[in-house]
Amino acid sequence: MTQYILRRIGYMILTLFIIATVTFFLMKLMPGSPLKAEDKLTEEQKQIVLESYGLNDPVPVQYVRFLGNLVQGDLGISYNFDNTPVTEILVERLGPSMQLGLYAVLIGTFFGIILGLIAAIFHNGFWDYTSTIIAVLGTSIPSFVFAGLLQYIFAVELGWLPVALWGEPKHMVLPIIALAIGPMATAARFVRTEMIEVKGSNYIITAKAKGLSKSERVWKHGLRNALIPLVTVMGPMIISLMTGSMVIEKIFAIPGIGEQFVTSVMVNDYPTIMGTTLIYAFGFIVILLIIDLLYGLIDPRIRVTGGSK
Amino acid sequence: MDNKNLNNLPKELFKPLVNQENTSEKISRPSRTFGQNARRTLFKNIPAMISLTLLILIILMSIIGPFMNSYGSKDQKLEHAKLPPRVPGLENVSWLGFNGTLSDEMTGATVEQATQKAYLRFNKDEEFIDIKVISEGDGSPNSAEVKAIYHIYDAKGLDDTYYWLGTDQLGRDQWTRLWEGTRVSLIIAFVAALLDLVIGVAYGGISGFYGGRVDNFMQRIIEILAGIPNLVIILLMMLFLKPGMTSIIIALVITGWTGMARIVRGEVLKLKNQEFVLAARTLGTSNGKIIRKHLIPNISGIIIVNTMFTIPTAVFFESFLSFIGLGIAPPAASLGSLIDIGFDNMQIYPYMLVFPAALLSIIMIAFNILGDGLRDAFDPKMHK
Repeated sequence: MTQYILRRIGYMILTLFIIATVTFFLMKLMPGSPLKAEDKLTEEQKQIVLESYGLNDPVPVQYVRFLGNLVQGDLGISYNFDNTPVTEILVERLGPSMQLGLYAVLIGTFFGIILGLIAAIFHNGFWDYTSTIIAVLGTSIPSFVFAGLLQYIFAVELGWLPVALWGEPKHMVLPIIALAIGPMATAARFVRTEMIEVKGSNYIITAKAKGLSKSERVWKHGLRNALIPLVTVMGPMIISLMTGSMVIEKIFAIPGIGEQFVTSVMVNDYPTIMGTTLIYAFGFIVILLIIDLLYGLIDPRIRVTGGSK
Repeated sequence: MDNKNLNNLPKELFKPLVNQENTSEKISRPSRTFGQNARRTLFKNIPAMISLTLLILIILMSIIGPFMNSYGSKDQKLEHAKLPPRVPGLENVSWLGFNGTLSDEMTGATVEQATQKAYLRFNKDEEFIDIKVISEGDGSPNSAEVKAIYHIYDAKGLDDTYYWLGTDQLGRDQWTRLWEGTRVSLIIAFVAALLDLVIGVAYGGISGFYGGRVDNFMQRIIEILAGIPNLVIILLMMLFLKPGMTSIIIALVITGWTGMARIVRGEVLKLKNQEFVLAARTLGTSNGKIIRKHLIPNISGIIIVNTMFTIPTAVFFESFLSFIGLGIAPPAASLGSLIDIGFDNMQIYPYMLVFPAALLSIIMIAFNILGDGLRDAFDPKMHK
């Protein structure tokens, strides 16, 4: 197990290094500099500005310095936003993004499990079809369409909730719902299939033969086993959540990482774009690693086979 | 039943089963090939067939739709900007919303005040604004409410002008732009899915078939590529390449093919040691022919299903990129860029958002349901 973890971490560092390198050289190849055309600087002043960003050195020197700074958590200085360090900007914006993502995953998965469970219990009945339809709609319709729908109905037409912004709990309701529908649909679909499979398994028949009540069979024996494989879909779920959060943050003007990325793209702020990309890559890879390890911890069968290898 | 009774069953109840010649050879149901079975299962799947019909309809409309009226997708006419939908015939059915009017509800201390607000809201064209009083109000702030209906086509003197889905902020016809945008989105999705298929099948097939060191090396490359989140790669590629259709396709394919390659490799590994492959090899069939004639047909079901799910993913990513401003560059339109513009005008001109968003959702749902249907169709367990 330890060897497996170490190998995975090794792979992770390699992947991050590749991403950092590719990002750096792509940014170098792109046109644009911190100089703005409207500033009307003299040649000498331009040199001073470039010098202050370290852009006069040869690219390999810049690359080594970039990697060195990266290891220490320094992502450079933004070309915009009054030359604030990128790390400072991103740390400030990490909070809302993580809040949004975390609530969406928790709420979405919770309701998804319930929906899937209901569908499996009433297999081929009315509730099964209803929850299947909800699941198909949830996985198919992009979160930004949902966001628009929610915003129009509850904020514009009914005026119950604010259209945008962030801070108070009432601001969080619509974005979290819009973002949680995806995970909910995925979880519901998955739990339904798993539960139907588990229902026919031998240990449930044994439990029934022993005279356990239906609720005991469903909650104690069925659901626990059906939930284990749910961990495997958490990975894809989180990818779609990161994609979703970028648009949701833009729509609801939430001061998060995704919104920062979209803004930085508009103004060609390369250090910030680079920093955001790396944060996304880092978050994604670490979460996948945690999920993989978690899967081994939750399901003893996997741990045993993993250990004997 | 009691155990005793079972032991004391009368002998007369037992009769030997007569083996009859005519029943043992009887075929209980017509024998069908796998393809026929798959097609039957698919045709019996009503939601999947509805989805297929809808998709064919949408594809046809994306081809002929822009030619159904005389407006071009890039014809700007600023004086016709932000006109609501108006359809000949349907304009007399008020609740449909195709009558070419804008409406808004205004509040004020008195009806008079609310009415004045409504006039200000719609360019002070008093003679073309109908005011309906919703509540009289008692003099306190915002207690009176009126509904103003603005006949904007009449106000602009456009009696014989019909924009079926309205116009955008630059006076371009939304109907034309919607179908041209759908065309762009679908072309991107189909080409990306096709490239994923070709690269993935070739890579996975070679990797799985040759095995050993080749497989090991090729799998390491995939492992590194798949470890990098596709969102990050797609965003980086979009920043680096010029916005447009080709760039989106390249960005999608760079990461997209790995999934297909993995699936194909797994299937080939499973199949390549089976007897029919061994028989073909014994007969001297070349490797290329074994892959083409024996392996690919056997995994075609999985390939088709996987491609069907790639298409909606590509549609989604295209609209996502265009929505955050990295995809299709104006004046060209795609579903994503239309939705983006729609969001900016949602509060006052909701029709700009509703139609592209609804069409995108329908496309996504239809592809997903059709994909599910195909998966069932290629699953022998589902055949009846």
